[in-house]
Amino acid sequence: MSVGLDIRLKRANKVYHEGEVLAGVVVISSKEAVQHQGISLTMEGLVNLQLSSKSVGVFEAFYNSVKPIQLITSNIEVVKPGKVPGGKTEIPFEFPLHAKGNKVLYETYHGVFVNIQYTLRCDMKRSLLAKDLSKTCEFMVHCQPQKGRLQPSPVDFSITPETLQNIRERVSLPKFLIRGHLDATSCVITQPLTGELVVENSEVPIKSIELQLVRVETCGCAEGYARDATEIQNIQIAEGDVCHGLPIPIYMIFPRLFTCPTLETTNFKIEFEVNVVIVLQDDHLITENFPLKLCRV
Amino acid sequence: IVLFPLVRHSRVRAYESELRAARLEAVPLEPGDPHPLKSITVTDSKSRRGGGRRGSTSSSSSSGSVAPDPLSSMLDGTDPLSMFAAASASEAPTLSHSTAVGSGRKRREKEEEVGPDFEPWSAKRGEILARFTTTEKLSIVSEKIHWLAPSPNSTVSEKVRNRLEELDDMEEGSQRELLNLSQQDYVNRIEELNQNLKEAWSSDQKVKALKIVIQCSKLLSDTSVIQFYPSKFVLITDILDTFGRLVYERIWSMCSDSRAMPESFTADDVNDTAKETCLNWFFKIASIRELIPRLYPWQLGCTCHIFIGIQETLPRLTAMIRGIGDPLVAVYARAYLCRVGMEVAPHLKESLKKNFFDLLASFRQIHSDSVQNQLVLQRVEIPVYLTLYSPAINWILQCVSYRAPEDYINCAEIWVEFTCRHFTKREVNTVLADIIKHMTPDRAFEDAYPQLQSVIRKILNYFHDFSVLFSMERFLPFLDMFQKDSVRVDVCRSIMEVFIKHQQEPTRDPVILNALLHVCKTMHDSVNALTLEDEKRSLSLLINGFIRMVSFGRDFEQQLSFCVEARATFCNLEPVLVQLIHTVNQLAMETRRVMRGNHSRKTAAFVRACAAYSFITIPSLTSIFSRLNLYLLSGQVALANQCLSQADAFFKAAVSLLPEVPRSITVEGKLRSSEAFLLDFISNFLSTLLVVPDHPEQGVLYLVRGLLNMVQDYTWEENSDAKVRVYISALPLLAAMSQDTYLYAIPKVDSNETLYGGDPKFLAEVNKLCETLIGQVLDHLKALGRDEGAGVRKQGTLAFSLFGCLLAHGDLRNNKLSQLAVNLWNLSHKHGYCDTRNSVRTLEYIKHQSQQPDMAHLSEMALRLSLQSRA
Repeated sequence: MSVGLDIRLKRANKVYHEGEVLAGVVVISSKEAVQHQGISLTMEGLVNLQLSSKSVGVFEAFYNSVKPIQLITSNIEVVKPGKVPGGKTEIPFEFPLHAKGNKVLYETYHGVFVNIQYTLRCDMKRSLLAKDLSKTCEFMVHCQPQKGRLQPSPVDFSITPETLQNIRERVSLPKFLIRGHLDATSCVITQPLTGELVVENSEVPIKSIELQLVRVETCGCAEGYARDATEIQNIQIAEGDVCHGLPIPIYMIFPRLFTCPTLETTNFKIEFEVNVVIVLQDDHLITENFPLKLCRV
Repeated sequence: IVLFPLVRHSRVRAYESELRAARLEAVPLEPGDPHPLKSITVTDSKSRRGGGRRGSTSSSSSSGSVAPDPLSSMLDGTDPLSMFAAASASEAPTLSHSTAVGSGRKRREKEEEVGPDFEPWSAKRGEILARFTTTEKLSIVSEKIHWLAPSPNSTVSEKVRNRLEELDDMEEGSQRELLNLSQQDYVNRIEELNQNLKEAWSSDQKVKALKIVIQCSKLLSDTSVIQFYPSKFVLITDILDTFGRLVYERIWSMCSDSRAMPESFTADDVNDTAKETCLNWFFKIASIRELIPRLYPWQLGCTCHIFIGIQETLPRLTAMIRGIGDPLVAVYARAYLCRVGMEVAPHLKESLKKNFFDLLASFRQIHSDSVQNQLVLQRVEIPVYLTLYSPAINWILQCVSYRAPEDYINCAEIWVEFTCRHFTKREVNTVLADIIKHMTPDRAFEDAYPQLQSVIRKILNYFHDFSVLFSMERFLPFLDMFQKDSVRVDVCRSIMEVFIKHQQEPTRDPVILNALLHVCKTMHDSVNALTLEDEKRSLSLLINGFIRMVSFGRDFEQQLSFCVEARATFCNLEPVLVQLIHTVNQLAMETRRVMRGNHSRKTAAFVRACAAYSFITIPSLTSIFSRLNLYLLSGQVALANQCLSQADAFFKAAVSLLPEVPRSITVEGKLRSSEAFLLDFISNFLSTLLVVPDHPEQGVLYLVRGLLNMVQDYTWEENSDAKVRVYISALPLLAAMSQDTYLYAIPKVDSNETLYGGDPKFLAEVNKLCETLIGQVLDHLKALGRDEGAGVRKQGTLAFSLFGCLLAHGDLRNNKLSQLAVNLWNLSHKHGYCDTRNSVRTLEYIKHQSQQPDMAHLSEMALRLSLQSRA
């Protein structure tokens, strides 16, 4: 005898905002009636902070800061102990989404050192002979639209051997001129990062041009902090020796879950940057970095 | 077709494998790329063993302390694949086979939006495959696919676990390198991939299917064995097509009531679940690392309508292609994008055009070092290399020009001049054929009349030889595109103007004649009740110009039959009919000239046929004076050609038509008295009658009498002397008729002088007729005398006319006549209204004449004529 336990949220995209009601049904399906000791639902929102290995030594002292931060929690009993009849049973539920105390519901974010996650778990307790059943589903929280108008902040850039830093032998560098612009470095998270890039000339043919989206996560508190930058995704926008003088679009969609509006709290920070990476055929690698500010409007 | 295998309602738990699945998904690492999770994961060798059968292809690490991994838990929810699974769980039972088929049918209907006049890609496939072949060894090198994928966590379900296994399988399978494949092996391998794709899809391994697609797209960035590239493109896009079809049908069926979906559904018609699935596909594809494997599925997404908002997507993809450095790879990517564009939004011309312009802008890439080096390496000559572009460019151009009549015609209009100037009719004909092909669908020509007219003008500027012009077989079909009457006539007009201006020699070229008859007929047929007289006149002028240029040389019969045909064709334009009658008359006279006046039996019959032509054509004219004059003229021609009875008939017809002459006629839009015209005509007629022999069965001078009778019965204007004037003018004729030898004669026609040979009876008849006429005139003079005012003045004038007539033609030795003359002189001078100078001159003339032999009697009369008779 198998029992299916499932949670179906009303919204297909599972996106909710603070103050809204998280609604859905618990679906129990079974051929025969199911005896149980009660069915309960638990909603929880957590911020998990991890320390990178290089930081562990420094931070052992204040492990407090890496304790998960609970943003919201709620538990209800859906059905009292009893029997669920055979077939498919749908039990509707609703949770109001209100943060604990003076906390704010941060936007769902899946990073490396910082994770902000909201889950809904359904537990069916059963007699000793049968295993308890449990089903977890994640729902997404989008933070409230930020107030105030977003100022478009276009950035022009021009990359030549002379503009580079961190190079060992400037002499051995081939000549090149790459110009372009980003339409904005203050980006709306639902809108793509856009711009243009022109290879005006290059002594050595281009091998590849890529956009590298980087997350910069900072964990810490008053005593100190750990800051780590890791790649989220890398999008190639040019492959091979592209036509000189012809603008190539810079276009990158911010991946869902892996990005969120730039966030700064007392315990952690989540920031984003984009690197325009130019690889020459002689494997010279040229990177231009742009800090981004993401927001939701 | 089992698209959606039944999914269990309750999950079977296999905890061991679930644990195994809790490993993080293999995320491919770039060398030197710090693995984000590495630092905090503990390699759990047990769990890897648990995965047993699959060695270590995946990095089998599991997180030690992390609570539910957010990434993988997402998989359960919004991942497109689970979405599919979830959807099939709820919908599979309700989805019948017919729905899937139905959606396929809908899709086909959608494709037909492009219209049957668009040569589809499928028609090009075979040709490309047959044309671009190679004997070189091919290889399929697959690499890992880099994209952003959530990692699994400990709560991941069996379903997800299975999928992860598939991924690993796929990666295992795809990481191999297939070398030294013959072309056939290659084709087989691709076909195999196609089958794998279908199998993967039907067994709910959607990610595997997508991975196959991405792998295939990746192959398109490989240009080794470059001469095979076009065929490779065909083979691989076939796979993409298969995938596109599957995805489309899937999404279609996800919309719960797909039967009620409109044929071309929009974002609003799609339900949330389907939308969310689409979005997931979109995000998945958008995060593919490499350009080309991202670009093709992205384009494919358009065909599946995954990406709502085609308007923005197509231009973006167009711009993205600029990032492809290899010009050959880029041009085929453009071709594919155009194909997608034509399929989903043939009306969005902008991105098609942009593709074309980008293609032009990056064309110099062909000569870049990278390409040249590659060609040297592969030992491919530039001309061979360039042919590789032709299928793609051909396709792009076909898409760009499809139903883009406006742009097309603007170019064609310019192009045709170049062709006219530098090439022969053959090439111009090709251009015309092409214009017809482009402008016919949807009656596009209706919006391009000015350009089409300009095309015609340009051709006419360069081609003055109409035999060449009309031997272009598309020229007349081209004219058929001018379907608006006014434009059509304008075009015909311009053709005729050029013809009349430039045609030097009369022609009998059947091609020219047929074509111009067609052109003229078009002009003629445009005439209706509302056509202005001016318009008719100018059209007639042009048609007449054509008729005058038609000559069959000595082949008179052909010429006549042409006139017969022309008469039937141009029956509504009177000036043309008049021209035709003149032409036929001229033809008869030409025949006479050729025969030097001696008609053979055959030519005699022919000229009679000409006469018959005129005789039956004239009555259809409405202008009475045209009829009269043509009767007279044709009668003269008939007479000249010894067709006596025909001539008789013409003259009789003219005589019997006289009573119908209205008192006033319209001349150039103004109503005018017809009297002057009638008098002119009658004078003309009378002078002809001199040579017309009397009909043997009719009485003497029956035509003259007939004419005079008509004159007598005609209702002349009140107070008009016209009738009397006619009588006076008939006197010289009668005088001429009584001569022994007539003033003029028609060769081979015996006039009355010969017929009667000065028979006194004949002369007596003539004299009697003269007396009657003079009597009539005198009666009239008497009547005028009763009227003191204007009557007296008229009386004087008329009396003087009659005096002049008697002086010139009468035998004044006759005392009676000479007395009459003197009386008339006196009468004309009686009221002093006569012109003294005229009188003086007349007197001088008389005196002069009296010096001539046998004219002495005039001097006697002169003495009796006094100048001063003013009372």
